[in-house]
Amino acid sequence: MFVTSAYAQSTTTEGAETHDAAAGEVHTETGVAHEGGHGSGVFPPFDSSTFASQLLWLAICFGLFYLLMSKVVMPRIGSILETRNDTIARDLDDAARSKAEADAAVAAYEQELAAAKAKGNAIASAAREAAKTKAAADRTAVETSLNDKISAAESRIADIKAKALADVGSIAETTATAVVEQLIGGKATKAEIASAVKASTK
Amino acid sequence: MAGDKVDPVHQFVVNKIIPIEIGGIDFSFTNASLFMVATLAVATGFLYFTTSTRSLVPGRMQSVSELSYEFIASMLREGAGSHGMKFFPMVFSLFMFILTANMLGMVPYFFTITSQIIVTFALALFVIGTVLFYGFYKHGLGFLNVFVPSGVPGILLPLVIAIEVISFLSRPISLSVRLFANMLAGHITLKVFAGFVASLGTMGALGIGGAILPLIMTVALTGLEFLVAFLQAYVFAVLTCMYLNDAVHPGGH
Repeated sequence: MFVTSAYAQSTTTEGAETHDAAAGEVHTETGVAHEGGHGSGVFPPFDSSTFASQLLWLAICFGLFYLLMSKVVMPRIGSILETRNDTIARDLDDAARSKAEADAAVAAYEQELAAAKAKGNAIASAAREAAKTKAAADRTAVETSLNDKISAAESRIADIKAKALADVGSIAETTATAVVEQLIGGKATKAEIASAVKASTK
Repeated sequence: MAGDKVDPVHQFVVNKIIPIEIGGIDFSFTNASLFMVATLAVATGFLYFTTSTRSLVPGRMQSVSELSYEFIASMLREGAGSHGMKFFPMVFSLFMFILTANMLGMVPYFFTITSQIIVTFALALFVIGTVLFYGFYKHGLGFLNVFVPSGVPGILLPLVIAIEVISFLSRPISLSVRLFANMLAGHITLKVFAGFVASLGTMGALGIGGAILPLIMTVALTGLEFLVAFLQAYVFAVLTCMYLNDAVHPGGH
């Protein structure tokens, strides 16, 4: 139905065409024949004699095009885009995971560092304390032994002194006896001399 | 206009290259057929070879293919929703085929297949046929809801339904005539202005001086025609998406 109306229209436009646009060679034929299709006075897009061939070749070409698009090209482009989106998403995931790992590593490192520092401090302070106590103990030990030695020496000195002092009386008596014999040629009694010595040493 | 060389309609004449006749019907391989094959080859070749490396980081040409794919995908998703995505191959094929045909037509001496009303009408019928077939196949008689907009008062309903039916019936005509007329008129205009340049150029020094104006016009029109070539393919695809939306969601306005 459409074809026939288009055909009818083409025959009416034909007259106008011959007046303003058609070339001389066409001019002679326009009145006679338009059944020959191209080249006659029929406005070419409305030339229904070409419709069958155009429809057939359009169906072939567009059908093939549709088939190639839907079976080959579009799945390919779709897979390219999908792969890209997947890759980007995966890369982002990887990056996020790596970042988390790095953060965890930093945290662990800092934790270990803090622990090591605390441990070092503990060891240092323990060593210091131990050294201090040892030094204090050593000092007290030395002091006690020195004190012991001092007191022993002092007691010996006291002994010696007492002994010496005890000897002084007898030496003085002997000396006094000798001095008295030499001076007066007589003998003094022992008791006299002892009392005399006693009196002088007081 | 002077002489037969500037006949602006001559470019639309279909010539037989290989005459074929089957059952008394002329199925000749014509220049129109040749450019249909060329459109098929150029569009498929471009999309096929630019994506053959499947680069993760696309080059320029691969980007063009991917952009057109995503362009049509988003157009269809916006126009017909995610249920309409089953028509993605169809809309993509229509868009790429018409775009390539229009662009090939811009090359001098090349035949513009979209300037043939029968070609655009066949493509439009393909769209409307798909809408009707899928609409009735999927929704049965519920597809007729497409003619009954919701929220219309009962008294106006017969009038509105009549308008909706007429507008539905005029769709294949408007869809095909829009593309056909745009391509036809553009190419005729271009040819007429280019013809002025040629015919003025034969008229001596004054004519050559005067030919500058139509020459500027021709250059400007060529740019405009490239825009129209893209725009008409885009409009065809957008309207296809809208019509398919009716098939997917009848009465869902």
